[in-house]
Amino acid sequence: MTLSAKKSGVPSTPPVEAEIPKFSLSTLIGKLGTFLGLVFVVILFSVLRKDTFPTFDNFELIMLQTAVVGTAALGMTMIIVSGGIDLSVGSNIALCTVVIALLLSHHMSVPLAALGGIGAGALCGLFISFLITTLKLSPFIVTLGMWGAVRGMAKGIAGDTTVVAPITPLNNLLTTLTPAEHWKLFPPGVWLLLALAVGVSAMLRYTRFGRHIFAIGSNEQTARLCGIPVEKTKLLIYTIGAAFAGVAGLLQFSYLTVGDPTTANGYELQAIAAVVIGGASLNGGQGSILGSVLGALIMTTIGNGCTKMDLPNWVQEIVTGAIIVFAVALDRFRHKTSA
Amino acid sequence: MTDLGQAAAGSSRSNKPPLLKMQGVKKRFGATIALGGVDLSVDRGEVLALVGENGAGKSTLMKVLSGAHAPDSGQMWLDGQPYQPKGPLESRRSGVAMIYQELSLAPDLSVAENILLGMEPSRGGILDWKALRGKAAEAMATVGHPNIDLDKPVGGLSVAMQQLVEIARAVAVGSRVLVLDEPTSSLTRQDIARLFDLVRRLKSQGHAIIYISHFLEEIKEITDRYTVLRDGQSVGGGITAGASEAEIIALMVGRNVEDLYPRSARKPGDVVLDIQGLGGVKKPENATLGLRRGEVLGIAGLVGAGRTELLRAVFGLDAVRRGKVKVATHNASVLDTNASPARRWGEGIGMVSEDRKTEGLALSLSIADNLTLTRIPAFLSPAKVNKDATHWADRMSVKRHSVEQAIGNLSGGNQQKVAIARLLYHDADVLLLDEPTRGIDVGSKAQIYQVIDELAAQNKAVLVVSSYLPELLGICDRIAVMCRGVLGPARPVEELDERQIMLDATGTELTAASAGDLGGSA
Repeated sequence: MTLSAKKSGVPSTPPVEAEIPKFSLSTLIGKLGTFLGLVFVVILFSVLRKDTFPTFDNFELIMLQTAVVGTAALGMTMIIVSGGIDLSVGSNIALCTVVIALLLSHHMSVPLAALGGIGAGALCGLFISFLITTLKLSPFIVTLGMWGAVRGMAKGIAGDTTVVAPITPLNNLLTTLTPAEHWKLFPPGVWLLLALAVGVSAMLRYTRFGRHIFAIGSNEQTARLCGIPVEKTKLLIYTIGAAFAGVAGLLQFSYLTVGDPTTANGYELQAIAAVVIGGASLNGGQGSILGSVLGALIMTTIGNGCTKMDLPNWVQEIVTGAIIVFAVALDRFRHKTSA
Repeated sequence: MTDLGQAAAGSSRSNKPPLLKMQGVKKRFGATIALGGVDLSVDRGEVLALVGENGAGKSTLMKVLSGAHAPDSGQMWLDGQPYQPKGPLESRRSGVAMIYQELSLAPDLSVAENILLGMEPSRGGILDWKALRGKAAEAMATVGHPNIDLDKPVGGLSVAMQQLVEIARAVAVGSRVLVLDEPTSSLTRQDIARLFDLVRRLKSQGHAIIYISHFLEEIKEITDRYTVLRDGQSVGGGITAGASEAEIIALMVGRNVEDLYPRSARKPGDVVLDIQGLGGVKKPENATLGLRRGEVLGIAGLVGAGRTELLRAVFGLDAVRRGKVKVATHNASVLDTNASPARRWGEGIGMVSEDRKTEGLALSLSIADNLTLTRIPAFLSPAKVNKDATHWADRMSVKRHSVEQAIGNLSGGNQQKVAIARLLYHDADVLLLDEPTRGIDVGSKAQIYQVIDELAAQNKAVLVVSSYLPELLGICDRIAVMCRGVLGPARPVEELDERQIMLDATGTELTAASAGDLGGSA
């Protein structure tokens, strides 16, 4: 063994390897895919229904219809990026509308009632994460159970009927604007969604917590090796995720003006669809808030456009189903070509 | 298999053309020249080693051979006839079989079903179980394992047995050319010996075998001739028996490798990691070790001896049953049994996992994310993260086009360099490296040896687990041998050689004759 004098003999760089992916049109389309999809459906319906689709009122309506599922999709994005899933979101939204209505009818102040509803959602999330981290059950199973249990709980505390609540400012979160209010652009509920979206998006990108979510979703073992507190992070993810379902419940309550334990049926699947259309992988490690919000918008736009076209409900459902599969197929294709 | 056995004699004297011949094979993908002219031939009863660094074109060449890619130019002959497979199925039918690293068996089907998968004997669509089992038994007998339970699901077999089933499948379809791609990468030493027996057996039956491996010592042992690929071209080759390891490496990297294992002046200092009687849930049984600053300490031993478990227990990844670990880094000096990885990182200890793909790296994340994972600021600036990552990726010469690219797209060697760069970024004082150079190209290995040496010279402490003895002897100051969960004393490397380490690792008082066997296979 010779000493450091021989260092020059050591090859420092291996030969050029054919592994460098090139920038191409397909990766560009992949990056903008969800946005282009939205632009496409907006233009399509604008051409087909020039008079009724591209109007201020209708765009406001689309945003309004997106608010509930869009807000739930924010939490769902965090959960799916971390490699999990939450099937209890729809039930959770219903529970929150009931809790808010009950609190208001018991003369609780408006902010406390709203916080109570969101808190009920967060508690569900805390319980879910407790089951996932301590019993080591898969999120799918735990939240499938919670999907039924939370719905039942909502019905139970509501006495199996809708809960009437007094009229409060909460009812105005998602009402359409009067012409005099057009300067506001959207009702407050939509602004709430947009503000939360910006917040979560920044959290995912610019905080340690956000990067830990991606790391856990990409490879939990690596996260553990690198000293990331996996259990604690999951606890936060599911609790915050369910709190977003609570906020969605608040918006849903505002829309309904009553607490309805049977509402929001299937919203969990709509939220998952929005996240997946937005480019997230159900295997975790991938996804973006912008994509999820655009995904939710695409689904609402299609529903809205089909209504403007006087297409029956079942056609809308078939189209939405096809869009989900098509969007994911496109995403897989993109991954294949970029690999 | 009719007249093949007779042609088993050496290729040079045979008048027949070689069984498989490739000449001037070229293939480009866009602007990238993957193969720039490859010549290769292998004859009946011959084992040809195909060596080259990652990215040298081995896998492209194999894909051309299996018909997955059509060559742009050049010719191939099989048994003297022009050979232009249109796809993997056609190449299989022509008698060219690929045994890839990732085995392609159906885990829930039985051994017999797997062997005859896709060519099950049937009568009018009804499966002929008797014929199926008969043919499968015949194939298993050919590969030297007539006693295997043919009805057992393949998923329940060891990796080594699964590999045998895969080879039996190739034999059953009448393959004449077998390509083994890194066949020993997940085998134990005993399994490797068994695989080599099988290779010799297939060779004596007149099969032509192309053997791809990173392990030069394996190539020396099992192959007759070697061909070296570099930058997509065949740059040399010859009779394996007459070539030295250094010669082959020099051909692979295109430079003269004077010294693969650099060694600067090191001044071992205080003990920084003191392991006392450590026992895990199953392994290790008992490990005592004092790792000093400024030294590289190696842990040798057989696969399964408990070396990986020792590192994991020290790092807080596995539970500790008894014993103590004392850490004396800049901000910690505690004697304790249990710790978490988070705490170890906080104490300035870093670990590289032996399993790069499932534990070491998050493959869908970017290079920058992987590199900075252990020390992410609470609020981060992506620009700053990229700048830091670029600095450390440059330090390790990671080939990339951007630190934001997914790490899964890099070669194994470059991935491993990122795994080590993570410890440099973290500025770890104590480095636990588990098989840091397994399955990577020689250039990357050299780079890693260089960095380990520099770290030791900077007064850091490095603990290396490796199954490759020349490497341990080359880079370490002291080596401790682990045998059945018990760690032996660390001894200066000058007092050790491969034979002595193998004796310690097997933990038996061997006679001179059997000791000779062990030394020979190392």
